[in-house]
Amino acid sequence: MSRSAKKGPWAEERLMSRIAAMNESGQRQMVRTWSRASTIFPEMVGHTIAVHDGRKHVPVFVSESMVGHKLGEFAPTRLFRGHAGGDRARMR
Amino acid sequence: MARIAGVNVPLNKRVEVGLTYIYGVGEATARKLLQDAGVDPNTYVRELTDDEVIRLRNSVDQELSVEGDLRRERSQNVKRLMEIGAYRGLRHRRGLPANGQRTKTNGRTRKGPRRMQVAGKRKVKK
Repeated sequence: MSRSAKKGPWAEERLMSRIAAMNESGQRQMVRTWSRASTIFPEMVGHTIAVHDGRKHVPVFVSESMVGHKLGEFAPTRLFRGHAGGDRARMR
Repeated sequence: MARIAGVNVPLNKRVEVGLTYIYGVGEATARKLLQDAGVDPNTYVRELTDDEVIRLRNSVDQELSVEGDLRRERSQNVKRLMEIGAYRGLRHRRGLPANGQRTKTNGRTRKGPRRMQVAGKRKVKK
């Protein structure tokens, strides 16, 4: 179920304060975060955020059209290397 | 032949049903349109007066994006997801279900017909 519109979008406070600080000082630094559930706010546009995928932090450059999505949508958690024996070229 | 929303020509059916031949109009929307236009859902399309047709056409044009416009809108939404590299976009690229459905079984609508294992595929290596 999606979040109640009454509450408005959510993002981790730590992340938001980091972004706010960077916007004020005009710096562009990578921010690491584990908060995949955070909504991307307009303030984050233009920043690169390193989103945890369970193993490492995946750098995500936030563009305008990403606003409203969650950070986790841009850092895939699964790595599929193909099925065993799935390599057809090797079979021949 | 009644032309509502561009090329659509519903036929020997009640308007309620005839309208659903338009891409983007289902039963619920059809009923709502008829109510807005003040047309009885039970009249047959061939029995519609010119005035009623015009009213229906107007309410479709005003309220809905339909047919080509709707198709374009949808494909643009999908394209956007693919371009920003979102998970749902990756799923669209692969032609797999995009909304978290299981894929161990089912999902045939997106995946298409089953690809059978070819018998004797495994060749003995010398």
